Amino acid sequence: MSATSTKGIWKVISASSMGTMIEWYDFYIFGSLAVVISTKFFPADNPTAAFLATLATFAVGFVVRPFGALFFGRLGDLIGRKYTFMVTLLLMGGATFLIGCIPSYETIGFMAPVLVLILRMLQGLALGGEYGGAATYVAEHAPVGQRGYWTSWIQTTATVGLFISLMVILATRSILTPEQFDLWGWRVPFWISIVMVGVSYLIRKNMDESPVFAKAKSEGNTSTNPLKESFGNRYNLKFVLLALFGATMGQGVVWYTGQFYAMSFMKTVMAIDSSQVDTLLGIALVMGTPFFIVFGWLSDKIGRKYIMMGGLLCAILLYRPIYKQMYETTNVNNKTEIVANTKIVPALKENSKQTMDSIYTTNKEYTDGTTLVEVKTVYLEDGTAVLVDGKPKMDTKTTININWDDKWALILLIFIQVIFVTMVYGPIAAFLVEMFPAKIRYTSMSLPYHVGNGIFGGLLPAISTYLVINGKDNGDPEFYLEGLWYPIIIAAVCFAVGMIYIKNKDLKNTHI
Amino acid sequence: MNLLKRILGLVWIALAIAAAYFCIFTFGLPKFASGKQDDLVFGIIILFILTPLIVLGLGTFGYYALMGDYDDNK
Repeated sequence: MSATSTKGIWKVISASSMGTMIEWYDFYIFGSLAVVISTKFFPADNPTAAFLATLATFAVGFVVRPFGALFFGRLGDLIGRKYTFMVTLLLMGGATFLIGCIPSYETIGFMAPVLVLILRMLQGLALGGEYGGAATYVAEHAPVGQRGYWTSWIQTTATVGLFISLMVILATRSILTPEQFDLWGWRVPFWISIVMVGVSYLIRKNMDESPVFAKAKSEGNTSTNPLKESFGNRYNLKFVLLALFGATMGQGVVWYTGQFYAMSFMKTVMAIDSSQVDTLLGIALVMGTPFFIVFGWLSDKIGRKYIMMGGLLCAILLYRPIYKQMYETTNVNNKTEIVANTKIVPALKENSKQTMDSIYTTNKEYTDGTTLVEVKTVYLEDGTAVLVDGKPKMDTKTTININWDDKWALILLIFIQVIFVTMVYGPIAAFLVEMFPAKIRYTSMSLPYHVGNGIFGGLLPAISTYLVINGKDNGDPEFYLEGLWYPIIIAAVCFAVGMIYIKNKDLKNTHI
Repeated sequence: MNLLKRILGLVWIALAIAAAYFCIFTFGLPKFASGKQDDLVFGIIILFILTPLIVLGLGTFGYYALMGDYDDNK
């Protein structure tokens, strides 16, 4: 197929997108089942196993993905896009399936968390290699002037993969009893992966190599050392750095703020019921996902630069007002309590040390339909309260159930953030592909993408949480907004670099 | 515009140095002292992954900008 023809492009898109979506599915089910996995493989009372759990979470997101980008990017530029992203697909599917087969910590001891860690790292490696391959493969098939539109389909896969993972877990939970799910049912989403990967492999197997790479190979124009040519060559390195500091760094933080920080903010800071948060986020994502395509298409018309920079600017200017509004929407201090309906139920609960703790459950109702449940645990030892610094040791957990008016207000506020995500993320695959020559494209575009997303984006929850806690300790009345300084500053630097150093190309005449 | 790009090269270099200071003394080293394992992993990542990336990456970017590598005619 000619790179300027649209014949068969849907076949290319579906084969590439399906594989990439499955890789995201595999990546997300580990996170979605993190609580179950930790009880099976990483017992909390064992410090070494707990350390391995933290490593499994951090190592994949921050360290391994960029290495996967380097390793598979090099392969993709040496032997071809098609074969490389088939390898990443099989690696991801195999690792995911095997995680579902590992006996628990109780059965094989320390081998269990070690094996999970190794397989999780293989997942990270595969993910690091997959995206660049899929984006490059699709872009090299796409007609001139339509790359933004066609590659934007690849950009939807991360969101769709998250949905599929949640749906499969939800379906498995609904079919099985809670005991069955806890005993063996949690393994089912991992096993299902191998079926999806098998189907995707068969589809991809029958695809042709990218026409651009095939042409370069037939003419002997492929690279012999992609790593050296990508990062050892000053001319190319300057574009790698520009891609990172002028685009992917900001895109990474906007992505993580809009999808993951928003979720964590609602659950932990606003104390909204977890299942309500998942529903709100799900609705906002469904509403926002088509805009990946809209902005990808629009970037073909007016250029990638101004759409991506527009998304960054909106994020910089509007994050604080948006989050302030979110916080105020469910702030019970702004609501009228129906005092007559308030109930306090005391109880005793056996704790892990076989002694009893005192539990006070307070149910409150508000005139707008909001309900609040506050569970206060006072720790007891031999019937008397445990003292810390002279005060009784206690924990308080608050859960708020909000009414539909507040739900729609929050959906709108999350949806706005998802729109920012689609503005910066929709056109970025085409932008990166067009930045580098075919012979080192896979290597050169994969690294800034995964450093921007994995490191700058992936560190967002930890750094933002630190800033919130710091603000709270310092008595800042708006401490809950402090965590936003990290994405705002990173996005602002990225915006400045992007606006000044990135050129808006004439896409109708940009051949890759 | 080229002059602005070059002058800003100095700003990126200064930003890299400032970021290094905050990464090491605000986010990195205090985490080692907390005694919590989560903090230890976080500290290691900040000190050995994020800090070198920002210092070397943004510093090199600033140097290239200062040297005129991003001028319009290049």
